[in-house]
Amino acid sequence: MRKKLMKKARAGTLESGDVLVTIEPGDSLDIQLTSPVINQFGEAIRRSVHEVIDSFGVTSGTITLEDQGALECTIRARLMTAIRRSLEGEEGVSQ
Amino acid sequence: MTYSTKAAPSLRDAILRSGLRDDMTISFHHHLREGDRVLNAVLGECSAAGLKNLTVNASAIMGCHRPILDFVRDGTVGSIECNFMHAQVGQAISRGILEREVIFRSHGGRPAAMDRGESHIDVAFIAASAADTAGNCNGKEGKAAFGSIGYAMPDAAHARHVIVVTDQLFEYPLIDASISEESVDTVVVIDSIGDPERIMSGTTRVTRDPIGLLIAEQAAKAISASGLLRDGFTFQTGAGGTSLAVAQYLGELMRAKGITGRFASGGITGLLVQLLREGLFEVLLDVQCFDREAVQSIAEDGRHGEISATRYASPAAKSAVVDQLDVVILGATEIDTDFNVNVHTDSNGVIMGGSGGHSDTAAGAKLSIIVAPLMRARLPLIVDRVGTISTPGEDIDLLVTQYGLACHPGRAELARKLKGAGLPVVPIQDLKAKAESITGVPVRSVHKGRPVARVISRDGALLDTIAMIDN
Repeated sequence: MRKKLMKKARAGTLESGDVLVTIEPGDSLDIQLTSPVINQFGEAIRRSVHEVIDSFGVTSGTITLEDQGALECTIRARLMTAIRRSLEGEEGVSQ
Repeated sequence: MTYSTKAAPSLRDAILRSGLRDDMTISFHHHLREGDRVLNAVLGECSAAGLKNLTVNASAIMGCHRPILDFVRDGTVGSIECNFMHAQVGQAISRGILEREVIFRSHGGRPAAMDRGESHIDVAFIAASAADTAGNCNGKEGKAAFGSIGYAMPDAAHARHVIVVTDQLFEYPLIDASISEESVDTVVVIDSIGDPERIMSGTTRVTRDPIGLLIAEQAAKAISASGLLRDGFTFQTGAGGTSLAVAQYLGELMRAKGITGRFASGGITGLLVQLLREGLFEVLLDVQCFDREAVQSIAEDGRHGEISATRYASPAAKSAVVDQLDVVILGATEIDTDFNVNVHTDSNGVIMGGSGGHSDTAAGAKLSIIVAPLMRARLPLIVDRVGTISTPGEDIDLLVTQYGLACHPGRAELARKLKGAGLPVVPIQDLKAKAESITGVPVRSVHKGRPVARVISRDGALLDTIAMIDN
């Protein structure tokens, strides 16, 4: 089922080993990724992002990942939380 | 000529008087670390005097030396040779700012190259916190005291012309002459040779990171299990947080077992000074002071001795301290399954360090231990092949991580002892697989650009080359 992002939401931090995910509603899908391990894991991170947003049925919006070398499980968890906050209209708290 | 003629009125005058010309080699030492002002000041004067294509041979290029890049751009500096290069300069080198390849040596390899006649110094600039008018000098006295001046001693012995640069003149004769007047041509007084408060750069405190502490504790247990920890024990550790933690745990073990070590060597920190004062080590052999406690101790404590880079680590010396070492604790940015260690380049192939005494102590010590976390953020420590070989795997005996220990395949007896002590010894391939099960398998980038640096082994052979990066 397709779902539309409702509002700006965030999850995560800028601590080493974490990722700060920021989501904003938009008409097209735009994924922005910065990472110190982009050469080693850039493709893997993008793959994870697509799998998570597909699982939520999200097809548009701006998704910004400021990665600090987070493990895949961390990236997935932060992204899922940010999407849920956006869908539910819950306040994004960057804790 | 009498000694009174050695005084030059200014740095510029001292340079002109030395006969320095285009294409010659000038040398520097880095005991003032991130507080050094001499290298930049000298290059500024060389540039103003219109000198071109100089080779800078420095024991280390620190972050505070990034103005050297301006002097590369204006043609003053045409080549760099060093034992360590900070990332702030290394990034520009990796992007190809210098046409000629940087030559990396080790702290022992640098004086050895001078001894063998492979490395010629035309003019040595020796920053000294205390000097007299004849050039007797040291780093122990004066307002900018930095302690041992060991890396500059081979420069003083080998350079055609030696300039002592100081900011505090003492009455002749300065008694404690680490470098003596017999080798000094010129003395020049400047306002400030540097800020000694910035000697302590990077981590020179025991780590509080629980993973680092766990690794350190396991390393100390391994040293104990190796059988080398007995009266007369000799030891070196780096100034990294985890390496220092090993010294702390080792101190506890020595205290508990009533063991007295003979000496600790290398770069000296306050922690080793404490172990000396407590009597856990009888002597410190100091080529470089890492903090104020060490600077104070070397000036005051007769058991805390100053050594030259040659005596410390040169393979061309008739003997050297590193060959008397039982154990050395070292770090790594990468290690491969053949135990080769990289401390020169980061995971993207960019220059961010150098051997320092890594390869010297690894070659000399009976037991060379790498302490490092199995991954840093998402980057695994263990790779199939290191980006740059800084220290050959044959000189590394043991890797200690938070997930277990790995012995070099040729060290079956060591592995047996460690296992006997209940330590989790596993093949290095298993540790690599463990890390990758957590991080994923990283994509390895291969750099095919022209060489920007050559890594020379302590014996003078080509160990590896570093390629230019594209982005």
